[in-house]
Amino acid sequence: MPYDVYLNVAVGGLLTGLVYGLMALGLSVIFGVVRVVNFAHGEMMSIAMYLAVVLFSAFHLDPLIMMVPIAAVLFVFGYALQSGLINPFITRPEHSQFLLLVALAIIIVNTLLIVFGPDARTVQTAYAFDSFQLGALIVAAAKVYAAAAAILFAALLFAFFRFTLIGKAIRACADNYTGALVVGLNVNRLYALTFGIGAACVGAAGVMMTLIVDVTPMIGPTYTLLAFVIVITGGLGSMPGALLGGILIGLTEALAGLLFTPSAKSMFAFGILVLVLLFRPQGILGKRAA
Amino acid sequence: MTALLSLTAVSKRFRGLVAVDGVSFDVAEGALFAVIGPNGAGKTTLFNMIAGAAAPDEGTIVFAGEPIGGLTADAVCRRGIARTFQLVRPFPALSVEDNVVVGALLHRRDVGAARDHAHALLRRLDLFDKRRQRAATLTLPDRKRLEVARALATGPHLLLLDEVMAGLRPTETDRMVATLRDLNREAGVTILLIEHVMRAVMALASRVLVLDHGTVIAEGTPEAIVRDPAVVQSYLGAETG
Amino acid sequence: MAALVARLTDDLSRRTMIWLAALFVALLIAPWVVGDYLVTVLILILYLAYTGQAWNIMMGFAGQLSLGHAIYAGLGAYIAAVLFTRYGVGPWFGLLAAMPVAAGCGAVIGYLAFRFGVTGVYFAILTIAFAEFARIGFDHLGVVNAAAGLFLPVAQYTHNDLWRLRGDPTMFYYVMLAATLAAFVLCRLLIKSRIGYFWLAIREDEEAARAAGIDTFRYKMYAVMISAAVTSFAGVFYAFFYNNLFPEQVFNISQSIQMILGPIIGGVGTLFGPILGAFVLTGLAESLNSALTACGLDLPGAEQVFYGVCLLLVVATLPEGIWPWLARRLGVTELA
Repeated sequence: MPYDVYLNVAVGGLLTGLVYGLMALGLSVIFGVVRVVNFAHGEMMSIAMYLAVVLFSAFHLDPLIMMVPIAAVLFVFGYALQSGLINPFITRPEHSQFLLLVALAIIIVNTLLIVFGPDARTVQTAYAFDSFQLGALIVAAAKVYAAAAAILFAALLFAFFRFTLIGKAIRACADNYTGALVVGLNVNRLYALTFGIGAACVGAAGVMMTLIVDVTPMIGPTYTLLAFVIVITGGLGSMPGALLGGILIGLTEALAGLLFTPSAKSMFAFGILVLVLLFRPQGILGKRAA
Repeated sequence: MTALLSLTAVSKRFRGLVAVDGVSFDVAEGALFAVIGPNGAGKTTLFNMIAGAAAPDEGTIVFAGEPIGGLTADAVCRRGIARTFQLVRPFPALSVEDNVVVGALLHRRDVGAARDHAHALLRRLDLFDKRRQRAATLTLPDRKRLEVARALATGPHLLLLDEVMAGLRPTETDRMVATLRDLNREAGVTILLIEHVMRAVMALASRVLVLDHGTVIAEGTPEAIVRDPAVVQSYLGAETG
Repeated sequence: MAALVARLTDDLSRRTMIWLAALFVALLIAPWVVGDYLVTVLILILYLAYTGQAWNIMMGFAGQLSLGHAIYAGLGAYIAAVLFTRYGVGPWFGLLAAMPVAAGCGAVIGYLAFRFGVTGVYFAILTIAFAEFARIGFDHLGVVNAAAGLFLPVAQYTHNDLWRLRGDPTMFYYVMLAATLAAFVLCRLLIKSRIGYFWLAIREDEEAARAAGIDTFRYKMYAVMISAAVTSFAGVFYAFFYNNLFPEQVFNISQSIQMILGPIIGGVGTLFGPILGAFVLTGLAESLNSALTACGLDLPGAEQVFYGVCLLLVVATLPEGIWPWLARRLGVTELA
């Protein structure tokens, strides 16, 4: 195959990977701080995706514009979820927390199935078929916009954690729970805030994904698994790791889809997961887990 | 007489921090050997290396004539060394009886025989009446006795006790000391213990090793150790009057 | 035989024995008392009870959370089905072939996980990954007809053929009942044996178990392999009962989750938990379906939402499961 086909597919994969990275960033933030394994992560993303689809078909609102409001909605959802349902479970064994979120995931997926049916929905924006051309490189405009939005969102997130007071407080909680309590931080509220932020990330990523893929209720579980593969590969608790993992997986998926059959591309993601769990469980950029 | 347990120049490092530095000593068969020292002296690390929970970076550990450095914890137990934990770890949801049966099953295939052996041990450690209770419901002293029972059930030649007196009131301490002395004398179990409670050390030990900052600063009888100036300075504190 | 029964029941009170006997008789005569449709429902209940019991060996006894158990059933189903459709090999021989394969698959997963220290939630994710791998893989596997599905020939049989597992629902009911009983007996024997004690120790505190001389790697492997082999029979049954297999359904994560609902709701680690959980869950689900149909509503996914809510409620409020609570009420606590 001529090299420019590889190049185009690779770049496409890279751009998609950036959106994946944002999705995984949300999971990393949640796990890094609240230490909850959010098994409903992809399902939360699918809520955002359906919101985008509905708003688009009803009011023709471009997903890129709706990104912020929908992320806000997901923020509230995440905040409420953490303070209402998950917080009482912090002290329970991790199996319990995990199963709680599994239950939530099942409820979300099937409620979406009941409400929207199993057929795929799409968002056909005006620029859906546009593309940019740079020499031999041809990339879909939608992907470029999505990736750009993802980078912007991620940058804002990094800035938040680095420079704002609340961001630092959250990082303190993550580093030292007891210490945070001792200095008077309202840890429960900060946990809820963090979960909300993680949900907002995945919400924004979901909106961007509607520009790239079709939406069905069943993609929730698929993305949950993908998010875990990315976070584990990139390094649990490492925010740059989540982005790096996202790019890596996006790239691998795209190239695997090209070299083998497209429908088998997630097998490669799982292959990578198995390899990482075996040989470098802390991931590429992660610290050695306790 | 060759020692039951023999350590030679054993060292362990944790990323730049030297926890145990060239420690050598012998434990004779049938001894009641105590290891004391200030916090952070490397006592638990030393124990973990003998018990197989950690591997020594340097040196050799020889037990009953065979090297055991670097073996896994379960392999070490099968060789005849049993241990208790500093923070007691019985199997919480299992009954007192079942806790000990687990240990007894190590060298017995038949559950019935294991249970009989467990009952004998529980009687010896005064826990027989509580045998059907869930381990999680026991008081701390009882949980410590349970751990000792479980360790004994594996039929060890050497018993490692990690601060088994910690948290016990003086009367409970004396009771544990008496039990351990009986075990040592009657059942012939060699005991190696880490202890902070000097009351127990003085009453129990035939030989004491003092560690500080990972090295041996003194070794001898309890009476000699207590008077050793280096030990007094680093651990026991100067005498007043 | 008598010695076996004695061993199984030596620590049970009279009361417990009566309850057990009553239950057994009720299940035995059920097909004559209820209609064909309910027999099918009972088959489903027993199927879930069986797979739940098999899963329970790994989780309830050895403490390893598997969320990809569908892979073992799927392997059993496809191996038996392929042997039957291509070579005319009956299901019982197919089972003999399927069990070692399933156990082998379990061994691979177990080895990878336990040698490399993958535990807890990461182990669960690993099991999900393997099941998904199988699902996508089989979707592209020509020998099993890939995504188009594998169909078993359903000729009109005039009589029940136990050897080839062809027949009316009543026959299947008794096969499943026998299997569930066998699984129950197996679990009881295992838990009272040396291996059972070691499993419980590992489940409670793996490091302490090692300090007591238990080779935890080996016993965890046993748990995984036994659990996998027992589950594979369910797959064989599935293949010959439904007569069609699609990788999309057979290896689906919702199958894995359905397998664990019974034990979790009933009580993980208990003997009766999976069975009770299966009864409660399926009973309520069927009632829900009937109610919805009566209202004229056709909501695909409603049943799953219901399962999700049940799981949520149980995990939040009754984490031990329903069975321990019920056992105390009935005075049969030795079976808890």
